[in-house]
Amino acid sequence: MASNLGTIGSGGLSAASTPAAQAIYRRRRRGNKILLTLSVGATIFGLAWLVLILGALLYQGFSGLSLAVFTEMTPPPGSAGGLLNAIMGSLVMTFGGVIIGTPIGILAGTYMSEYGRNNKLTMVVRFINDILLAAPSIVIGLFVYEVVVVRMGHFSAFAGMAALAILVIPVVVRTTEDMLNLVPNQLREAAASLGLPRSIMIRHVAYKAAMSGIVTGVLLAIARVSGETAPLLFTALNNQFWSTNLNAPMSSLPVTIFQFALSPYPDWQKLAWTGALLITFTVLALNIVARAFLSPKAQK
Amino acid sequence: MVDAAMTGAISAGMDSAKLKRMRRFKAGDATFRALTLSAALMVLVLLGGVIISLVHGSIPALSTFGFGFITSQSWNPVTEKFGALAPIYGTVITSFIALLIAVPVGIGIAIFLTELCPPWLKRPIGVAIELLAGIPSIIYGIWGLFVFAPFFQTTIQPFLIDIFAPIPVLNSLFAGPPYGIGILTAGFILAIMVLPFITSITRDVFDTVPPVLKEATYGLGCTTSEVVTKVVLPYTRVGVIGGVMLGLGRALGETMAVTFVIGNAHKISASILSPGTTISASIANEFTEAVGDLYTSSLIALGLILFVITFIVLAAARLLLMRMNVKAGN
Repeated sequence: MASNLGTIGSGGLSAASTPAAQAIYRRRRRGNKILLTLSVGATIFGLAWLVLILGALLYQGFSGLSLAVFTEMTPPPGSAGGLLNAIMGSLVMTFGGVIIGTPIGILAGTYMSEYGRNNKLTMVVRFINDILLAAPSIVIGLFVYEVVVVRMGHFSAFAGMAALAILVIPVVVRTTEDMLNLVPNQLREAAASLGLPRSIMIRHVAYKAAMSGIVTGVLLAIARVSGETAPLLFTALNNQFWSTNLNAPMSSLPVTIFQFALSPYPDWQKLAWTGALLITFTVLALNIVARAFLSPKAQK
Repeated sequence: MVDAAMTGAISAGMDSAKLKRMRRFKAGDATFRALTLSAALMVLVLLGGVIISLVHGSIPALSTFGFGFITSQSWNPVTEKFGALAPIYGTVITSFIALLIAVPVGIGIAIFLTELCPPWLKRPIGVAIELLAGIPSIIYGIWGLFVFAPFFQTTIQPFLIDIFAPIPVLNSLFAGPPYGIGILTAGFILAIMVLPFITSITRDVFDTVPPVLKEATYGLGCTTSEVVTKVVLPYTRVGVIGGVMLGLGRALGETMAVTFVIGNAHKISASILSPGTTISASIANEFTEAVGDLYTSSLIALGLILFVITFIVLAAARLLLMRMNVKAGN
């Protein structure tokens, strides 16, 4: 009697206290422990790569960071130099791509959210846009090569900008549509009841309400294209010298890294690491700033 | 509506300045709408343009080699004989290796984030994983070539060769000298790159499981692992597969990272430790150096094949995720 009470007291498991039942219970607990350990392990495994990659970048690239990197041109092998023309080229082409791509992206997102919310065209555009968002960027490079480089007869910074703009558009379309969809309808109704035409309502009410989200989209787009290499390889090509001529080949940081890293010269490889450090931390900073811009409500 | 307002305005005896402003409003409205509509159509035009230009560019190669283009392994710029089999094989096998590693890890991280992680840690870990997606592809390449490949060559590859040497089929899969670079290395780097995509989609679809379902299962006395394998995963199966397909689409088209570490060898070897090539790596390596129309056209044809494959994979992924969204009620 006393032992019976004890069993009940220790958790009411009298039915489960047969050896067979306890074995099942132990097995279930073991299975649980294994899965949970594996999932913790997976998380550590995933995060380890971020640490390893950033660590290697700092270790290899930081020592090469000097004023010369920002003030001198890319050197011929064997002599000292910097990355000025590559940095400049990247800034110019990223800026150009964003300037061309952003308005198109915002307007397309506006149509999808404000005029054709969930109509057939919007569904199709959204579907195609999502595919463009993940489409291989090298294919975009081939497309621009075919329609711009072949037509013009030579590689140029314009072609590079066009390729980057095509990569900017889907990112901006996506965020603009999502952010405008979050704007409460009461705002639109209030504007309409004041007699405002729709286009003015969109520009002065909806855009303002969704502004931080749209800016986030643009920042994410900048982050995405500033590291892109593949679409520039055969559009803007590369340029060993300072050039501001948009109609001529232009150097860019990613393409220079590609060329220098695969070269047999140690000083070029060193510069490649420094360039890699610059790009990565710029892109990661943009990513973090973009997230900070987003209001907590839109952060899911 | 504006029409009605205008008629109203006229009957109320509005002066011509106000009428003019109304007309300007109406014109501005129509212009803005047309602008947004044409921008939306532009997205479709872009995709159409990509397809048309790739098809146009690959006509010389496809008409010369015909169907043999995708079944031939030869890639000889001197005799101008081109076949896409080796790059297609490399693309498929590296992506397969990538998924083999990234899918279990991605699902594991998603389980950790949704079931185990203390709330204050959720955001930092989530952001860290997303940052992994933000690192440009070329950085994975330079890191893979200078840091990962030498490590792989001296530690992991000799270990794999030794351990599989006595096993009949697997020894040819892991045969040959440890080069460091090669198919397996490329697959591994790809796995790290697609991991964040698979993780974030899997986590999102895990979050769509109604809490009552999980709570009821816990209430029956189930362990966390039973809740995950018997409730969460079956409920979200379609979405998880969609996320995996999305990751596959990324892996298939990834260029720069693979170009650095795959070795660019146009051959199919039984061993996954040997160098190979992928479609995107071939294009990135050879396009600017390609002489002759047939060579260039063959590379564009490779691009067309890549685009068609990724298009199908990504479209399937989107359709699966849309089904999942309908289920979740958004």
